[in-house]
Amino acid sequence: EVFPPEEAGAAAPVGFLQQLPSYQTALRRRNAPGAGTQGRRNRWGQLVCTTQTVRTVLSLQRLQAGSVAPGPVACCEKVFLVFSNYILILRDLQQADTKYLSGWKQWKRASNKSLKKVLNEVKELSSYLELWRHDIHSIEGKFGTGIQSYFSFLRFLVLLNFIMFILMFSFVTFPSIISKYGIFNSTFAKIPPQNTEPHCTVYTPSGNKGLIYFYTYLKDLLSGTGLLEVTSLFYGYYTIHTAWFGILSYNLPLAYLLATFAYLALSFIWIIKRSVEGFKQNLVHDEDQFQSYCNKVFAGWDFCITDPNAARLKHRSLQYELQTDLEEERLKQKIADRTVKEKLRIYSLRIFINIIVIAVLSGCFYSIYTATVFSQENSSDISNVNFQANLLVQYLPSIVITLANFIAPQIFSFLIRFEDYSPAFEIRLTLMRCVFVRLANIGVLLFSLWSQISYCSTDECKACGYNYKLYPCWETEVGQEMYKLTIFDFMIILAVTLFVDFPRKLLVTHCSCKLVQWYGLQEFRISDNVLEIIYGQTICWIGTFFSPLLPAIATIKYFIIFYIKKISLIHTCKPAARPVRVSSSNFFFLLVLLIGLVLAFVPLGISIAHIPSSKACGPFKSFNTSWEVVPDTILGFPTGLQQVLHGIASEAFAVPFFVVICLVMFYFMALAGAHKRVVEQLREQLVLESRDKLFLIRKITEAQ
Amino acid sequence: QELTFLSKQEILLAYKRFSELLPKEQRENACSARVPKSRILTLPELRANPFQHRICHVFSTSDDGDDSMSFEDFLDMLSVFSDSATSDIKSHYAFRIFDFDDDGTLDRKDLEKLVNCLTGQGEESRLSGAEMEQLIQNILEESDIDKDGTINMSEFQHVVSRSPDFASSFKIVL
Repeated sequence: EVFPPEEAGAAAPVGFLQQLPSYQTALRRRNAPGAGTQGRRNRWGQLVCTTQTVRTVLSLQRLQAGSVAPGPVACCEKVFLVFSNYILILRDLQQADTKYLSGWKQWKRASNKSLKKVLNEVKELSSYLELWRHDIHSIEGKFGTGIQSYFSFLRFLVLLNFIMFILMFSFVTFPSIISKYGIFNSTFAKIPPQNTEPHCTVYTPSGNKGLIYFYTYLKDLLSGTGLLEVTSLFYGYYTIHTAWFGILSYNLPLAYLLATFAYLALSFIWIIKRSVEGFKQNLVHDEDQFQSYCNKVFAGWDFCITDPNAARLKHRSLQYELQTDLEEERLKQKIADRTVKEKLRIYSLRIFINIIVIAVLSGCFYSIYTATVFSQENSSDISNVNFQANLLVQYLPSIVITLANFIAPQIFSFLIRFEDYSPAFEIRLTLMRCVFVRLANIGVLLFSLWSQISYCSTDECKACGYNYKLYPCWETEVGQEMYKLTIFDFMIILAVTLFVDFPRKLLVTHCSCKLVQWYGLQEFRISDNVLEIIYGQTICWIGTFFSPLLPAIATIKYFIIFYIKKISLIHTCKPAARPVRVSSSNFFFLLVLLIGLVLAFVPLGISIAHIPSSKACGPFKSFNTSWEVVPDTILGFPTGLQQVLHGIASEAFAVPFFVVICLVMFYFMALAGAHKRVVEQLREQLVLESRDKLFLIRKITEAQ
Repeated sequence: QELTFLSKQEILLAYKRFSELLPKEQRENACSARVPKSRILTLPELRANPFQHRICHVFSTSDDGDDSMSFEDFLDMLSVFSDSATSDIKSHYAFRIFDFDDDGTLDRKDLEKLVNCLTGQGEESRLSGAEMEQLIQNILEESDIDKDGTINMSEFQHVVSRSPDFASSFKIVL
């Protein structure tokens, strides 16, 4: 039966829990029409009932009438009885309903339904256009949402890089190319000669014309020199000052600078938009303080799971979640129980370990600095004498950075065990340290490059502003360095998959010695892979200013990496033993990506505004720095507009504006703090109310 | 078809799937045939479910106690697990499914078996004794209102009505 009579003894004390107004409200809300999919309506708009409900109604009626003994009824008789009773029920409900639905509301409901239908169809169609929709869906089904979030993050980066490429290509490369070759009746005006020192303007990229060895091509492809240096891949190609298409003039240096700002702004806004959605989700999910155990145990199993692999994953994740929660509770208890002496010991240990971490970081930075300096000094000396040695020297910074990126995280995850944090915090702290190592390595590389470029000892050099002997076109040098980093990153990922993952799988499948079996298949480490691609993306952001076609290379690189990682995942990885919550959240990936982007602003800002642009190549030949093209253009505006712009840029405007922004920010922070306090107070009140309720219930049952 | 939570297509699909479970000669009068439990458990929707035996036991109206299901039992099961069933009905049946010893209350042994079902079969996937104690203690603290050490139907329905995930996880769609 559906509603068995309550047993007299044990149930009576809480028998009227169902009568509590709060319970009734919650139930009504769940079953209300339109509140989700509960309570589906038939074509007359009425709620439908189960067979059992109707059966109960029938059997009760029959018992009351005394006509038929309760028991199994023949099929047709039951249907007839049910049907006739149901007609009565329906008639009542229909009459009740039409009272409240006027014509306007009915039309509104009908039009809402059709609108929803149309929107659903549009959504379905647009989801077919989504790249790799089916692949990511199947990965989610087999490996869980953590790994799926990595792949959708990769897809996001492919799209971002593609849009960046379209931006740079259409505003910078395309006009340059068509005006150079005179398509569409276009002409160009080269940069007017300025009164700069003649020795600064000497730049002869070899271009490699004539008979050369084959391996020179390979060397050029891998290090961006020679043949590639004079193509539109690098900064040095864009020497046009203005391009004329009919009567329209196109200011290329301005376009170059503005396209750079545009792609940075576009990335910034897109990432923030995506991370806001993830942030909201995170905040909401963190708030399930109440009844989290009951929720996890009673509503933990998803009855929709049909695949045994997915079931195994779910079992594992449930086990891990429960164990982590219990452990955190135990740890909180332990931390609260710590004595003063223990606290002192722990804190001094933590300080000591942080000092070790800083020492490791300094070691990494110093080695990168020396490697870059060595590479820059020696790659221009050695000519085609020894191909391999030359390539090695060229790639030395990349090699050192990759080694540092590999070793430092291992050291960090070893050290953090001694610091005695809660598991979730441990994971977060290790990740933060790894992120810092990877991004700071790029920073150190760029810093060492710049110290080389701006190193000036002679007077002639000071006249140019940069080391014109070694770097006649220093932007192209930096672009080449970024290009080498990208290519090397890609090759490392390929090499690791081919020469480490697959042999490991073969070894584990065919060799049954104990050591190999204990080592086992590798797990797909989400955080490491994510940091890898964020590292690559940061390089792309920095390098696009110096090498406008770099986003295209990055797009192709990530496109291929998707398939490599997917194949590696399916064939060589075992499912994760501990599904990690913290590092697999989408919000965390986007946050680290944002940190990378902000880090990319710094070197670009310094290059554009501080370091003098090279006088021998590029669109900014006639300007002191790359930024100068903007004030130059503003001088060409009408005086009124000029005054307005000068006013905005002056201190008289900037300082009050900054103060106002600070006030607004403080207001929102105070608001957020107040909301948090209100939420805490409400929580405390809820606890008190539930205690009151229990007390009253007990009193009532005692009184009965 | 207006008598259950299922739509007409869903009932027809259920009929098709049910008759596929029967051997060929019984397919004509599928309405009155009973399918043994072992055949029901081959359904993909139930195959991976740790509560498969309890589900069959709860929904079966067989007098022999062999947990075989007729088509009506099958339809009842799908109806309760469908999207449109009310949460009252779902929580009632969930209670019966989780009540492993069928005594009308969820005591410590039931909860222990429930947690073991959730974490999976096999020795390494079970919680340790101390963890299990701690977990059951926490669950009872959150849901046992009359402090008798067991959870009865009302307490269970009360606690589940507050749970945000219950409605979306207690669902089977063919």
